[in-house]
Amino acid sequence: MGRITLDKVRKAFGDVEVIPPLDLRIEDGEFVVFVGPSGCGKSTLLRLIAGLEDVTDGEIRIDGTDATRLSPSKRGLAMVFQSYALYPHMSVRKNIAFPLKMAGLSQDQIDAKVDGAAKVLNLDSYLDRRPGQLSGGQRQRVAIGRAIVREPSAFLFDEPLSNLDAALRVGMRLEISELHKRLATTMIYVTHDQVEAMTMADKIVVLNAGRIEQVGSPLDLYRAPRNVFVAGFIGSPKMNLITGPEAAKHNAQTIGIRPEHLAVTDGSGTWTGKVGVSEHLGSDTFFHVTVEGFETPLTVRAGGEVSLHYGDTIHLTPDPAQLHRFDAQGLRIA
Amino acid sequence: MARAVTTRRKIAYTALAWIIGLTIFFPILWTILTSFKTEAAAIADPPVFFNFDWTLENYAVVQERSDYMRYLWNSVALAVGSTVFGIIIAVPAAWSMAFVPAKRTKDILMWMLSTKMLPAVGVLYPIRLILIETGLLDSKAALIFILMMINLPIIIWMLYTYFREIPGEILEAARMDGAGLKAEILYVLTPMAIPGIASTVLLNIILAWNEAFWTLTLTTIDAAPLTAFIASYSSPEGLFYAKLSAASTMAIAPILIMGWFSQKQLVRGLTFGAVK
Amino acid sequence: MATQHSRSAARVMMAPAVFLLLVWMLVPLILTLWFSTLDYRPMRGTFDCCEGLGNYTRFVTSSAFLSSVVTTLQLVGGVLLITVIGGILLANLLDQPIWGQGVVRILVIAPFFVMPTVSALVWKNMFMNPVNGLFAHLFKALGLQPIDWLSQAPLFSIILIVSWQWLPFATLILLTAIQSLDSEQMEAAEMDGAGPISRFYHMTLPHLARSITVVVLIQTIFLLSIFAEIYVTTGGAFGTRTLTYLVYQRVIESQNVGLGSAGGIIAVILANIVALVLMRVVGKNLDA
Repeated sequence: MGRITLDKVRKAFGDVEVIPPLDLRIEDGEFVVFVGPSGCGKSTLLRLIAGLEDVTDGEIRIDGTDATRLSPSKRGLAMVFQSYALYPHMSVRKNIAFPLKMAGLSQDQIDAKVDGAAKVLNLDSYLDRRPGQLSGGQRQRVAIGRAIVREPSAFLFDEPLSNLDAALRVGMRLEISELHKRLATTMIYVTHDQVEAMTMADKIVVLNAGRIEQVGSPLDLYRAPRNVFVAGFIGSPKMNLITGPEAAKHNAQTIGIRPEHLAVTDGSGTWTGKVGVSEHLGSDTFFHVTVEGFETPLTVRAGGEVSLHYGDTIHLTPDPAQLHRFDAQGLRIA
Repeated sequence: MARAVTTRRKIAYTALAWIIGLTIFFPILWTILTSFKTEAAAIADPPVFFNFDWTLENYAVVQERSDYMRYLWNSVALAVGSTVFGIIIAVPAAWSMAFVPAKRTKDILMWMLSTKMLPAVGVLYPIRLILIETGLLDSKAALIFILMMINLPIIIWMLYTYFREIPGEILEAARMDGAGLKAEILYVLTPMAIPGIASTVLLNIILAWNEAFWTLTLTTIDAAPLTAFIASYSSPEGLFYAKLSAASTMAIAPILIMGWFSQKQLVRGLTFGAVK
Repeated sequence: MATQHSRSAARVMMAPAVFLLLVWMLVPLILTLWFSTLDYRPMRGTFDCCEGLGNYTRFVTSSAFLSSVVTTLQLVGGVLLITVIGGILLANLLDQPIWGQGVVRILVIAPFFVMPTVSALVWKNMFMNPVNGLFAHLFKALGLQPIDWLSQAPLFSIILIVSWQWLPFATLILLTAIQSLDSEQMEAAEMDGAGPISRFYHMTLPHLARSITVVVLIQTIFLLSIFAEIYVTTGGAFGTRTLTYLVYQRVIESQNVGLGSAGGIIAVILANIVALVLMRVVGKNLDA
């Protein structure tokens, strides 16, 4: 079981309120991702749930029981840290066994569980090494191994992939998703990378300055961002946000259109601009187009083989069904 | 990457460094050499370096005059005892300061260090009195306590600097893994800090070993360590350089030997953990 | 960065150290403070109350007081000057590529292991003795008149002995600091056309600032309470009486506990002023 409820949880460091009162429900077995720019309070929120920080006000319930004042060791949660936080003086085997030893299991039980976890995580042949002798990806796996042997009611991940190189990150992302499917245990995952959020989450919690901007499934957030912040944060490349007279034409303060919803049209189009830098990714090409009267250039996605050059004039037409409108408060207009 | 250096420059630097190194070491070398000379050879002019009749006689005379082993044992007991108790008290305190820093942590640390600046003479008399009243004058227990107290600020400071190099996340991981405070310190922090603790221990053994104010003023016979052993040679007495050298060599040899075997930790410890 | 649990745990864990140090500091200090207001001369059996501030005025107005403060400052300042400058030069030398660096380093740090009593005795007798000391032999060999170091240049001699003991420490700290200097930074400075001297001045020295403050702090702590070196060599004669030693003489040698205690309290106050100044300067630089 791993149902976690936050009820009006507030966190202040002295006079500085980093998390204003906040409510959140995390259902058993869900993969929840906290995402937001650095300094948005996502890690603090995770640490509050872990018990590594005190909540200033409010209540945290784990499976219905009040855990607000419980010490981290008594909450039945496991955490994977950004730095992995492996015990450098212990072998991999001892690292994984540590929580079991703390729980007072017998040596036989410990051995069986460690071997099981090592098999699942492909660590069998490294069990007698020290963390210092392992690669980043292997260390990551040891950290996960140490978490899973406890059979916690929920896993907490604090930016676990940010120290890995790009290729490994994609692999580990899949492994963690795979693990979630197999264990079906609640996972709370903190990241600043919206790609990780989109690819892994059942439910994304977008945070900004300690406030929850929106909670929803990845596609909900993609399709119907609740406000300008979420619109700009979710999706890659970023949604084009246009203000001024062009937005006023749609009765909005701001309109948004994603690069993939802009079509390059021959002869004429809604907007006309000059091609700036283009980024060829093979499968796709992204053009940065300067349009007269817009504050920022538009990003446009086109097919991989489109050949347009610096300085060319092109015409762009947005897909009207995919046009997002936001009011003066930045909120979505339905 | 090593910078390219001409061999000639390297020779010049090497020569200069060795000359200075040997000059600095010379008084110790001279003391050791003299301890094997006869009293006449010890004051020979011009001085003799190696071409003299080596003799162990001085050591025998010194031993006869005062029982070296008893002083040595007292020195070991005081140095090791004060350091061990100091570490036991300092580890929890340093843990607190390093991992649960509060606004006043630095002030407390500075206050602790400042207690070391209090001139010992200012409080010598009352402490003597207390020891006389409690019958603890010239007892090892009292001196172990006093040496522990004067080195405690240094021990705490050093451990604090070493602990701060340990990422807090690892201790948090231990907490998440179900470790209580005792397990966290015993199984995670202490083993990780072993090199730092070793350096601290070594340095404080040296400081306690060489402490010469309290050990001279508060001991007479029973608890007197090697500082007192050597102090009995402080008034000149005829020809006594060779005997003085033998006694000096006996007093510093244990620490020199310990320093030789634990050079790496010691060098780290000598920087008081303040410089990486 | 911490929870209520860990904060209260931290308080409990700090308690023994803080308590012991408080007791260690306060109990003798209060007793000394009390004695300092008495006419207390145990040898004569005098134990009279209510000298008031008499002991203090007597201590401060005696000619010995001012000269002892000056001597203390000269001793501490002299040793700091020699060890810091010598340490910087020596550390730079040891940082150069040389054969047998490890052995040289051991030779250089060895004096730190030597008991102050031993080093004072060895220097006093075997080096500085005007008849049989090595310096005397050396001077005679050069055709010079041997000098009686400890009576003709007593303070200088003590500074020399103490500097010999503390030079290793300064050298080692500064060497460690120099070795941590980023070599890419140095190479960048070299690419920018900085010569060895301006590199030393603009890169090495600022980099060493923190370590120099550490050296000054720690050495001052130990130097203020220098005792054995003076006790063994001159016994406080010939203008080598530091404040510490003066108090020692009053309390132990002349057994005037009241007067000596007043001196002790003054020494404590002065030491605290020094400590405060140092902590101000160093505390910032230390980020301990």
